[in-house]
This record gives sequence, C-alpha cells and structure tokens, in this order.
Amino acid sequence: MTRVLFITLMAVLLSACSSDWGWYVVNPTTPKGMTNLKFLLSGLGYTVLLSVTAIVISIIIGLLVALPGLSKNRLLKGFNRTYVELVRAVPILVMILWVYYGLPQLLSVTITVFWAGVIALALSDSAFEAEIFRAGIQSIDKGQYEASHTVALGYVDTMRFIILPQAIKRILPALGNQLVYMLKMSSLVSVIGMQELTRKANELVVTEYRPLEIYTILLLEYLVLILIVSAGVRWLERRMETDIAR
Amino acid sequence: MQSVSKFFGSFQALNSVSIDVRLGERVVVCGPSGSGKSTLIRCINQLEKHDEGSITIDGHPLQHNKKSLQVIHDNIGMVFQQFNLFPHLSVLDNLTLGPIRSRGMSKKQANELAMQYLERVRIPEQAAKYPSQLSGGQQQRVAIARSLCMEPKIMLFDEPTSALDPEMINEVLDVMVELAESGMTMICVTHEMGFARRVADTMVFMDHGQIIENTNTAKFFDSPESERCQEFLQQILPH
Repeated sequence: MTRVLFITLMAVLLSACSSDWGWYVVNPTTPKGMTNLKFLLSGLGYTVLLSVTAIVISIIIGLLVALPGLSKNRLLKGFNRTYVELVRAVPILVMILWVYYGLPQLLSVTITVFWAGVIALALSDSAFEAEIFRAGIQSIDKGQYEASHTVALGYVDTMRFIILPQAIKRILPALGNQLVYMLKMSSLVSVIGMQELTRKANELVVTEYRPLEIYTILLLEYLVLILIVSAGVRWLERRMETDIAR
Repeated sequence: MQSVSKFFGSFQALNSVSIDVRLGERVVVCGPSGSGKSTLIRCINQLEKHDEGSITIDGHPLQHNKKSLQVIHDNIGMVFQQFNLFPHLSVLDNLTLGPIRSRGMSKKQANELAMQYLERVRIPEQAAKYPSQLSGGQQQRVAIARSLCMEPKIMLFDEPTSALDPEMINEVLDVMVELAESGMTMICVTHEMGFARRVADTMVFMDHGQIIENTNTAKFFDSPESERCQEFLQQILPH
C-alpha cells in the first residue's frame, strides 16, 4: 500500500515539473498557498464524521433488516426483500436530494445538511449491509444454533453471543469495503452544501481557477484517508484472528 | 413417545415410533444409516419438530410453544457427532455461557461448576484454551461437560464418537460410561457395541424409520428376534 502511495506521489510530482501545473495555489511555503491548503483540509473533519456516523447507522439498520430475512416467516422475509430491492434501486445522489429537499416537506420538519447527508448515505448503504449480514449469518454452521439450543439460549442470546460474533469476523473485510465506499460517496453530499472535502475543493476552484492542482490535492486527500481505513481494517482482522486463535 | 412420525418432504423419517424411557434408564439406539436414529433423538429435544404423535417429558406433553421449550431447556442435554463447540469462546466460556445466561448463575458460581465438570471429564487444564487447540476427543469431552453444566435429567448422544480418530474414541466412551454409572438417563445413538453391551439397559434397533427391536441388552445381543437385526449385528460386530 505504501508503494502505491509513493508511486502516485511521484507521478504527481513529476508531472508537476511540466509548465502546465501551477502548484503555487497550494504551496505551503507561501502564505496564500498555506491558507488555501488549510481551507481544503478543513473539510476533512466533516467527511470523516459524516461517513463514520452514516456507516454506524447503516450497520444497525442493515442488521435489523437482515434478521427478518433469515426468518422462515414469509411476511418477515418479504419485508427484507422489499426493503433491499427498493433501497438498492435508488441512486445515492437522488437519495441525498430527496432526503434534503423532499423529506422535510413530507414530515414538515427541518433537517440540517449534515443529518440529511447522514440519513441519505446510511439508508443507501443499509441495503448492502443487510445483504452482507444475511450472507455472513447464513454462513454459520447450523450446528451452532443446535448447540445453543441445548444450552437453553433463546434467540436474542444465540444471536448476541454465538452467531453474530462469528459472523462479524467473517464479514469484516466486506464491512471495511463499505466504509471505504461510504468515504467516497460522502463527496456527493457536497451538492447540498455540506462543507466537506469535495465542497471545499469546489469552492476553492471557483476563486483560484486552478482545478487541476486543487482536484489533485482532493484526490490525494481521499487516497490517504482510504489507505488509513484499509490499514485499520487489516489490523482489526489480524487482531480478531489472534483473539479467536482459530 | 407415542406413535411419533416425522416427514422430510415426502420422505418419512419416522414411522409411528413409540418408546418409553424411564428415569435413570440407559438406552442405546442402533441401526443402519438413514434408519431414523438421529431423527428420533432430535425429536426428543425438538431440534426436529415431529409431525404426528406425542412426546411427553416428565409428564409434560411437548407442543410447539414456549412452555415446551422451557421443559426441554430444563431437562435435556445433547452431545453431537460434530461437537458443535462455540469456536470463538474459550473452553471455560463454552461451559459457562448457558448457566450464566439461562440459569441466572453468577460468573463465579458458573466457573466453579464448569471446573467441576471439566475435572470430571479430566481436562481441567484446558479451560483457558480455544476449541481449535484441542484434539477431537478433548473437544467432545468439553461438549459433554458443557451439557452437564446445564444439569439435565436426560442426556442425548448423537453418534458422539463417529467423528473421532480411533485412538480417541475410548477417552470419550470412558466419560460416558462414568456418566451412565452415575445414574444419568441416557439415550445414545452409537455403533459402539462394546459400550452398548457394557452400559445399556435397553437396546433399540431401528430400520426405515421404525423401531424393529426394543429389548433388554442381554437378550438383544444373544437372541435378537428379527432377521434384519441379526444381519445388522453380524455386519458390525467384530469377527
């Protein structure tokens, strides 16, 4: 991973030697460049906060939607299928616009840009989380449920202590993927005015007219963020591996 | 158990099976594969729901409801062919989870109980390990101890030694013999005829979802009545 980062950086720096580039806009040695750079980075907090809040909520909704899907009851199963199919069919950008402009009118409430973004991203992603959880839980051997029955555990305890801990370990890489995906999709929330990374870059481009350099920085910001997440997920996987010692 | 039948789709796994097991009785169920032995004992703790007939445990007829579930949880333990230990929990946690969560025991009480049963199956030193670090025989003994921690009145064994390497079979059977000698009610599906001869009060022979023979152990081995049972015994007893 560090190699990928290095090569990308080198490529950017090398091409920066050509006369078309104007790195002065984000040159940290000049006061103006430094100000611009700080401005760009100031969106980082919101991007992270938005993505993390959304992924937590989407995991909770995903689990709550996945469990009925594993039931033998047709109605519950139907609920799961309907939710997944409907939510999965909505483009994220459309979901963001609908939640921000549509939902307040429907419920006559006001929703801040941040929460509109969180709700839209969380809803969009929850359908995928639901499918991931369903697959993960289904991959656990039937014998685990039977053994749990013989030690008198009910449904909730069986899920909490036996099935989910094993399932989560198996779906951790997929959950990590979703977090990466969420970080990227959070850039779409810029369209409703959320002051995150992409929005900041857009605003700076309007004043500085240097889209190439500014968007290159933006690209690198996401790259670094996602590499950190990937490393974090791998660390967690290794930790669980040694914890469980299988 | 009265006239119990069980269908898997159009296949009839149990065909009007009736059997009575007294408290303290040791029953060994044998028969060719696919004869319904496992289904029989899995119906007793309702891992399989029976379609016809009635099953009564300690005076409580089993229905598909919460009260029946409670009766099963209070009275019946089970040991599986594949052990079915919880791989993400240590041996000690495997044993204490049930007592803590469903018997409302404190962690300390449950730990003491668990250690007591681990002594009994002779592996107290493995308490902190995870199932994957144990041999098959040790895992099965943990599974037996896990069931015993729930202090059941009846223990069901579903081919407990069939997944074990030959050299590990005896360590598990020894534990089961001790358990039988302690007066536990046991219903055991197994092909270990030496074990059966030693501990069983009653032998049940099944074929095609029916009980063909249900008789005391001595008679079963000396003079089985049905031809099918005689053939079966000839095939599996050492020559």
